[in-house]
Amino acid sequence: MAVSEEPTYTSTSSESMGGSEILRVEDLHTSFFLPIGELQAVRGVSFSLKRGRSLGIVGESGSGKTVLARSIMCLNLGSNVKTSGSAFFDGRDLLALSRREMRRLWGTEIAMIFQDPMTSLNPMVKIGRQVIEHLRQHKNVNRREAKQTALDLLNEVRIPEAESRIDRLPHELSGGMRQRVSIASALACEPSLLFADEPTTALDVTVQHQILNLLSREQRQRNMTMVMVTHDLGVIAGRTDDTLVMYAGKVVEQASTDEIFEKTQHPYTEALMRSIPRTSQASHTPLAAITGRPPVATHLPAGCAFSLRCPYVQPKCHEEDPPLVSIGTSGHKSACWYPVGSDANREAFERNLSDRLPQTLAVAESLGADQSPGIPADLPDGGIA
Amino acid sequence: MSKSSGGTWAPSMLRRGPRNAEQMFPGSSGKSWFGNWFGKMPWLTKLCFLWLILVILAAALADLIPGLADPNYQGFVFGDGKTNEGPTASHWLGTDNVSRDILARLIYGARVSLIFAFSLVAIGIIVGGTLGSIAGYFRGLLETFLMALVDTWLSFPALIGLVFITTMLGMRNLLVLVLVGAVFVWPSYTRIARATALSVSGQDFVTAARAIGTSRKRILVREIFPNVLPALLAYSLVGLPVLIILESTLSFLGLGVEIPTASWGGMINQARQDLLINIWPAVWPAVTLFMTVYSFNNLADWVRTQAATRSAAI
Repeated sequence: MAVSEEPTYTSTSSESMGGSEILRVEDLHTSFFLPIGELQAVRGVSFSLKRGRSLGIVGESGSGKTVLARSIMCLNLGSNVKTSGSAFFDGRDLLALSRREMRRLWGTEIAMIFQDPMTSLNPMVKIGRQVIEHLRQHKNVNRREAKQTALDLLNEVRIPEAESRIDRLPHELSGGMRQRVSIASALACEPSLLFADEPTTALDVTVQHQILNLLSREQRQRNMTMVMVTHDLGVIAGRTDDTLVMYAGKVVEQASTDEIFEKTQHPYTEALMRSIPRTSQASHTPLAAITGRPPVATHLPAGCAFSLRCPYVQPKCHEEDPPLVSIGTSGHKSACWYPVGSDANREAFERNLSDRLPQTLAVAESLGADQSPGIPADLPDGGIA
Repeated sequence: MSKSSGGTWAPSMLRRGPRNAEQMFPGSSGKSWFGNWFGKMPWLTKLCFLWLILVILAAALADLIPGLADPNYQGFVFGDGKTNEGPTASHWLGTDNVSRDILARLIYGARVSLIFAFSLVAIGIIVGGTLGSIAGYFRGLLETFLMALVDTWLSFPALIGLVFITTMLGMRNLLVLVLVGAVFVWPSYTRIARATALSVSGQDFVTAARAIGTSRKRILVREIFPNVLPALLAYSLVGLPVLIILESTLSFLGLGVEIPTASWGGMINQARQDLLINIWPAVWPAVTLFMTVYSFNNLADWVRTQAATRSAAI
């Protein structure tokens, strides 16, 4: 009885807290000052996140997603980094906090899981001790309690034979195990906001699936807010509530994850989806890669940053940077002058096709000639699973 | 084995070849960890290792060896008056020109060399490791000043400095020698520690430690220093023979421990006078010195290859 009531209680509480904002980022800019010039890694990102929800940040390498996450956590090291804007966590601006105040939040309120479990664990410290390292620092727990906590955590992240593994060094574990250990250590102080920075990129696909499921389960059970940074749309499909697509340091599309997949608005998001290989394709089908390269962040093109690779590019795109505007009612936002699916978009595509624009031809080729652009019918569901 | 196979039959029993980890990788079960790594050594390294054990044990337990008199209480006054003898039954390695037993002096001399070398290495690791880790992790002005100091210090020829200071000092017991040596040993350790700390602090696990709210002091102690230590230990193993040679050099120059105290370099120096009459008092300490230094180098090289395979495995 009590058992069956508990989830109901949590869900209602999360429902009632659903209105409360845990994180609001406003106009966040992060720049690195390098000898070759100013590298604008994040250029004015704004979003808000409600308690208990999960957000996926998607974009290819160099789009600023990791820097964004680290900026919010104030983890950008170095004297040549400048961050402006604000990130309100529970009403407090993280970017204005002192190092000492920040340290009180790190681990206990906000935690992070890193990309590479090979390097994110200290090679000289036994995993049991790494998991409870900050528990012993933040809370007064004695050695015995701490060891029991470590054991519980390792069991919770499904490490088999945790009793014997607690005294192992990281290099004695496999990659997936190590990532489980770093998840355990991030969860140890029960943070309310968890950043997962490409948590599965360094792992092979079957292990990826397990780790993602583990993260989703922990997020649900602990009613934790999660930000998942990834370059793989398959990772967030069906796992996060909302999605933010980033390109060259800007948000280009923002919507609930279902909307992003069903009503893609931005050409970049569309291109990302098209580049996911599908099992329905014949073997040896060339991958539909996005032509060109991401712009160098020190020398961004005028106008829309995606204009150089966009199959629907028009003269206006080279001149004016499209603002992020709401489309429809459900909070779907996109930054494009010719959003996918609109008549203007179709006209632009046909015009570019007759002008024989290389990226447009490449898209047309991958879709089959004389076929209108759009997402193939078989949407990736559950992605990599 | 026979017990388990007697019970239930399993298809795997038909299979030939090794059945468990111990059979596939002998010594990997961890039951005999000594045999595990000692067995993997090449034979020469084994010899070197055994020699070092012998030297260290003899030096440590010299007072307990029966029939071995303290050589500092031998000679014309205390000894049996047999000078410059070749190897005999009562004096296995012979006697020197003041009728002291050479074996006893070699063993007591090992004490001086080893204590000098090991305590300098310890001081280097503690002082240099701490300063270097702080400089490499905290950076800033402190690092600039410290490294400028280290560079200046290292550009100064250590042997000349040592000779100068030991000549100036009235008394030269082992403690004074170690303290003077420490003045010249810490900079190289600091530099290595700082370089390692620099690369370690850029690693993800340090950022991960920050992201869970670990204080800078704790990161230094828990994350940086343990990862700097292996580099320092590797350097120490190479540095040990250098320090043994250094002590012998000082003693040979007459600037080591004061005269009646036995030391290898001092013995060679003393034997020099009667080299044409009796070569043995010079040969034995020279051979011992050579073997000890070579053993340390050989062992250091072996440890280095082992560490390389291990870090490659990570």
